[in-house]
Amino acid sequence: MVKQLICINCPLGCHLEVDDSDKENIKVTGNTCPRGKVYAISEVTAPKRVVTGSVPVANGDVLRVSVKTASPIPKEKIFDCLREIKATRAVAPVHIGDVICSNVCNTGVDVVATRNANKI
Amino acid sequence: MTYRNIVIVGGGPAGLAAATAAYDAGERDIVILEREEMLGGILNQCIHNGFGLHTFKEELTGPEYAARFEQLVYDRGIEYRLGSTVINVSADKVVTYVSEKEGLQKISAKAIVLTCGCRERPRGGINIAGARAAGIFSAGTAQKLVNIDGYMPGKEVVILGSGDIGLIMARRMTFEGAKVKAVVELMPYSSGLNRNIVQCLNDFNIPLMFSHTVVDIKATDGRVSSVVIAAVDERLQPVMSTAQEITCDTLLLSVGLLPENELAGYANVQLSPVTNGAVVDDQMMTDVEGIFECGNVLHVHDLVDYVSEEATHAGKCAAAYVKNGNTATEYVPTCGTNGVRYVVPQKIRKDDNYEQISLRMRVANAFRNVELAVLLDGEKIVSRRRPIVTPGEMETVVLNSELVKRVKQGGKLEVTLLGGTK
Amino acid sequence: MNDVLIIGAGVVGCSIARELSVWNLRITVVDKENDVAMGTSKANSGIAHAGFDAHTGTNKAIYNVLGAKMLPELARELDFPYRQNGAFVLCFDESGRPKLQELLEQGIRNGVQGLSILEGDQVRAIEPNVSDKVVAALYAETSGIVSPYEMTIAYAENAAVNGVEFLLDNEVRGIKRVESGFEVTLKDRTLLTKTVINCAGVYADAIYNMVSDKPLFEIVARKGEYCLLDKKCGGLTDKTLFQLPTAMGKGVLVAPTTHGNIIVGPTAEDVPDKDDVDTTFDGLNKAFNTASVSVPSLARRNIITQFAGLRAHADVNDFVIGESDVPCFYNVAGIESPGLTSAPAIAVDVAKAVAEKLHAVKKDNFVAKRKGIPCFAKMSDSERQQLIATNPLYGRIVCRCENVTEGEIVDSIRRPVGARDLDGVKRRTRAGMGRCQMGFCTPRVMEILCRELGMEMTEITKCGKGSHIVVGRTE
Repeated sequence: MVKQLICINCPLGCHLEVDDSDKENIKVTGNTCPRGKVYAISEVTAPKRVVTGSVPVANGDVLRVSVKTASPIPKEKIFDCLREIKATRAVAPVHIGDVICSNVCNTGVDVVATRNANKI
Repeated sequence: MTYRNIVIVGGGPAGLAAATAAYDAGERDIVILEREEMLGGILNQCIHNGFGLHTFKEELTGPEYAARFEQLVYDRGIEYRLGSTVINVSADKVVTYVSEKEGLQKISAKAIVLTCGCRERPRGGINIAGARAAGIFSAGTAQKLVNIDGYMPGKEVVILGSGDIGLIMARRMTFEGAKVKAVVELMPYSSGLNRNIVQCLNDFNIPLMFSHTVVDIKATDGRVSSVVIAAVDERLQPVMSTAQEITCDTLLLSVGLLPENELAGYANVQLSPVTNGAVVDDQMMTDVEGIFECGNVLHVHDLVDYVSEEATHAGKCAAAYVKNGNTATEYVPTCGTNGVRYVVPQKIRKDDNYEQISLRMRVANAFRNVELAVLLDGEKIVSRRRPIVTPGEMETVVLNSELVKRVKQGGKLEVTLLGGTK
Repeated sequence: MNDVLIIGAGVVGCSIARELSVWNLRITVVDKENDVAMGTSKANSGIAHAGFDAHTGTNKAIYNVLGAKMLPELARELDFPYRQNGAFVLCFDESGRPKLQELLEQGIRNGVQGLSILEGDQVRAIEPNVSDKVVAALYAETSGIVSPYEMTIAYAENAAVNGVEFLLDNEVRGIKRVESGFEVTLKDRTLLTKTVINCAGVYADAIYNMVSDKPLFEIVARKGEYCLLDKKCGGLTDKTLFQLPTAMGKGVLVAPTTHGNIIVGPTAEDVPDKDDVDTTFDGLNKAFNTASVSVPSLARRNIITQFAGLRAHADVNDFVIGESDVPCFYNVAGIESPGLTSAPAIAVDVAKAVAEKLHAVKKDNFVAKRKGIPCFAKMSDSERQQLIATNPLYGRIVCRCENVTEGEIVDSIRRPVGARDLDGVKRRTRAGMGRCQMGFCTPRVMEILCRELGMEMTEITKCGKGSHIVVGRTE
């Protein structure tokens, strides 16, 4: 199948055409530089995203703490991951990097706090 | 009245970096005044990732980026006051601030660094006709409501303006269960990053409509019920025959940022009509001796990394000023021509001996395969080839020590675009 | 049993309520909106007209001149923003001179003092930004500017302090004549009253027709669109600049506001929908372009907001004031420009008539003075220092554009007829009136409203009814 993508590596934003009919030999056209090809192949084979959000925190000096997946997770799991984040409540104290939900959606990736919440 | 060497107005990324740099340059008598109840400024509500690639070689969220700079301030024991709003800065460098705890206070400072950031252009600034109803927010206000306070501004959303904040909010509202029906952009291009167009819009099939604008807002019972959008012609005037109505309860505006220069104005600092920030020299000093400016209050940056970089320089220079006083007598003026909208700093001191000077600028239009050239009295002294330059991205040209020496002998510095196609 | 029911909490209804509260009467003011000053009174030019425009002998001319004379003292007594800044009526063409002369003579006949005709150069010597094309102007020394909603709020607060009850968010659904007077059906209750005073603005004809089918008058809603410019343009003109009037009104003006912005407008267009206060693309262009004829250096980029208001134009072309053919039912209708200026004088007359009708006696404890919300932004530093010492909330700046403190916002909510929504806080304190137009202070003001009124964030509105700011919590 031929897919259209916009390269995100630089402001040029090359319009890439990716033909992945042959999984062993994915063809990329429209890229100006090699980074475009790498990006295109990863986007059609295993696109990944970092998901960010926030969760309510009890007993904290802030109402909510922001969180993120510690590394990118498969794109198709974004909304499942958000559902898990939304079902989570944190309790102060929270430190940046604290695990808020571990192994989110069985991705092997933890959701971690991105801000501190002091206990009040 | 108390007396301090350096007062930093604002505890966002610029203020934190300036304070740290001033300290590291040997200055100990520093105070940061922050109006909010926490340091970090607007980064606290920017919970998405993508910050700090340049500075830390890793992708951080806004609060994480802020926390790293906050830590530098804590480690050094630099004094800061929260909930403290500066209401006046005078030309003789007296800073007046108020807070619940301290009442009204005046500090006479040897140097002041203004790092007050910027604000969003409101609806009134772009003359959108229609109902004056609830449900119209600047994107940043919506971002605060969602990310800090935990409330949803609406369920069906149209976003006007495809700057990064608008794009980020399109994704955030989608994440929170809202339906983003369209992002409407007046210009034929986006001022946002491609990465955000892909990951905030395309990932969720949110249409981005270029060369369109909102021409009417309709309301039922005081809340937005729909917006009417239309295509615009080359002169950016709406073509009413193309009007179409989109049902929605929310309109988010991401239509530009404006440096907040009220305080600079009170101190009679000369402002640039192009950047809406102060006119500064290469030490980030304004035309009022001892008042410095950096970060988004000086000119709106694209990446916070560059804010930190600029503010670090300003903090260092403020410390040097406190120590040595003003040594500047003559300047080489800078300017942008042929598509370069502005250059900061607007003038280069002939006296100092910095090893390098960063010239920061923005272009007026997108160009491909263009040469970004620095001309000294008409003669090309540096040139950088760019596959593309766009108005949404800040460009930087660094003059090395040799070039700096040359520039100081010159009369006029010009940054210009050569060749290139639109 | 009410003695008096006033329908409409605009400047007319509130000023009558206040003047009536001098007497020992049971007075209620009802309005369909969530606050006072929600119709014409919040969206007009804010001009205290000198009184030369209206034809001699009309109610407009009489009450305008009387009201204009009352305003300076009244503004001190009720503590609302007013300033006598003077006005020019600009004439761009030699052929307009006779018209200027007519206005001058009419003004003198109406009893206006301080009128003179100046040459173009004399005008520009006073206001250098006025167009080179101006050949002459009528100068009216006694013309002033006033904050129309703050004037209305001041009247309402003072009326409330003197015992007037306000039922807001309470639309009148029907009025029945009964033996003792009238039975008035409101949205959430029914009231009995001996007299009714109809101050319902653009709906005054509909209210009157609830008790009478006589076609005494019809109200046409005449829309006027305005632009408001940033305070940094405040120096463009100190005088109010009119152009020679037309059949539709006094034309587009450029004037300073009492808070230092520049106001530009209004347009004049009759609209069928009496709730239609939408701004329009054409209207805003027209207001701005016409204003630019007076002051060519006006710049669009300095516009911070736009709004539209409806003037209640009566087809009889004059104010309709007094007891109607239905005994004890008073109309105060068709109060278009110069209605704001006239309101204080109309109120005194109507209150007197109604009080006499009811054989009322004066109270001995009437409180004539009202003190407004202390305005932090306009204080000296030592006054600020003192205020924060007595109440630390005055040390918390919520609206950074206008330097409005939490202390002022709390005060605006706790006062009689206090603010109940974001716009209510904005009109009373100016939080959100500045150049960011509520971008930064919206969440904070919402929190303060919640705390003071025991409300949830999801219940907070922009201006009552369905105008909720947020629709729910994030999950």
